Amino acid sequence: MHGLYALPSFSWRAIAVWRRNFLVWRKLAIPSVLGNLADPMIYLFGLGYGLGSLLPASLAALGGVSYIVFLASGTVCASTMNAASFEALYSGFSRMHVQKTWEAILNAPVALDDVLAGEWLWAASKATLSGLAIMLVIAALGFVSSPLALWAIPLVFLTGLSFAALGLIVTALAPSYDFFMYYFTLFLTPMVLLCGVFFPVEQLPSALQSVASQLPLAHAVRLVRPLLLGEWPADAGFHLAALLITALAAYWLALMLTRRRLLK
Amino acid sequence: MTSVLSVSGLRKSYAGREVVSGVSFTLAPGQCYGLLGPNGAGKTTTLRCCLGLSAPDSGVIELLGEPVPARAREARMKVGVVPQFDNLDPDFSVAENLRVFGRYFGISDAETRRRIPDLLDFAGLAGKEDARLATLSGGMKRRLTLARALVNDPDLLLLDEPTTGLDPQARHLIWERLKRLLQQGKTILLTTHFMDEAERLCHRLAILDAGRIVADGPPRELIAANIEPQVVEIYGEDAANWAREVGQPLARRIEVSGETAFCYVAAEQVIPLLDHLGGYPALRTLHRPANLEDVFLKLTGRELRD
Repeated sequence: MHGLYALPSFSWRAIAVWRRNFLVWRKLAIPSVLGNLADPMIYLFGLGYGLGSLLPASLAALGGVSYIVFLASGTVCASTMNAASFEALYSGFSRMHVQKTWEAILNAPVALDDVLAGEWLWAASKATLSGLAIMLVIAALGFVSSPLALWAIPLVFLTGLSFAALGLIVTALAPSYDFFMYYFTLFLTPMVLLCGVFFPVEQLPSALQSVASQLPLAHAVRLVRPLLLGEWPADAGFHLAALLITALAAYWLALMLTRRRLLK
Repeated sequence: MTSVLSVSGLRKSYAGREVVSGVSFTLAPGQCYGLLGPNGAGKTTTLRCCLGLSAPDSGVIELLGEPVPARAREARMKVGVVPQFDNLDPDFSVAENLRVFGRYFGISDAETRRRIPDLLDFAGLAGKEDARLATLSGGMKRRLTLARALVNDPDLLLLDEPTTGLDPQARHLIWERLKRLLQQGKTILLTTHFMDEAERLCHRLAILDAGRIVADGPPRELIAANIEPQVVEIYGEDAANWAREVGQPLARRIEVSGETAFCYVAAEQVIPLLDHLGGYPALRTLHRPANLEDVFLKLTGRELRD
């Protein structure tokens, strides 16, 4: 058995956990994808056309594109974050605590490290599907034109890994579903509003700007938006490293907390 | 391999409170071993330690020849577990539950598919492959959990209160299946607080109280060694008074619980006691041989454990 603080171990058994979740998802795939698409699309069209019509057709502060095109790339990131968070929080908690699915799996020759790795990869995969669905819609609407946009797909997966890992930390600490409201109110909602999804971070007062631009969603937006607009992102290495470190460090912390909770 | 599972000197504390205080036992191949104890006696913690899901504070555990927890995962390849609370996958059909569980052992879907008819037949669920979990009764879910525990053809089955919450029909069916598994040569470790279950199934059992084994042996021997052979139960408003004022010399030991007096007596004391009680028409009596429950209550006390 692992010590509480041991580095994460990975084995092929994590795939069996991933496949278990995939099989559940497949049964509800169509309503799940449509449900994940509806909310961001309402934001995109409502704000994109409604608010966007008050703005000039091309604004320098938005990188010279219309507001709806600017918003579309932000929506991809925000909805990837949401999908990863919901899966790691509500679905993860349900499998860990309510349905005792993990308990059943741990009686088989599967270690807790494998269970958590499977959950992590699954939540990121599901988030990628969610981000991809939106990318397809906005591509169909003509908001994406460059093949550089394909590079956004692995970045969306990395964004999913970061938020899935952060979500798993909260799940490991949660006494009940109600606990997640704090995480949404104190962390996720501020990020959606401050990290450049709806307006450029540069519009914020400088003190707020310096905080906002360090948050994980800001790094994701800095990488994904230029790619969807057909440019290489500035400081790509820095933002990539920030997301990667968030993903790995948060996953390790989530694993330590989950070991402490379940392997008493 | 001389033993399927051996536990020696197991200790485990949670938050400064020791819940398992030096438990030792050994399971021989083909044996059904029972761990009996009131709630909180340390049964489930002992099982968790045996599976390597909880690291003991001290003690040595060997499961199917592997040291636990060091190589618990390898050992679990040949172990099946029926947990205390059902944790089947509610989103899956009966067959999907088995197929997905088989994957955790590295068993191919094709192989599990081949085994499913036999497993369902054994569990009395033949033809239910595609049934949704919500349509199964509590007894059927329990049997499916048992089938799931057999998906890897284990050498050892760990059953944590396998029949709690089931009706008598469902319990008897589970017992019959467990006996069949024993005939096939499987080894079983069972926790229960049903004495009839333990008496019927277990070759050997240990009574656990407050983290210690207070008695162990074959059920008949435990009864012979720990308690008077005959019991006369006396019911009625005056039972307690009778026990206090006149009963004591007529029995080896009397326990009073509410309006019932339990007289533990030697065989030759039965007739004189019953004759004497004939003089108290307000008291009702029941004479029976002593059983495991009497031993259990004597050793662990009558007060509630929550």
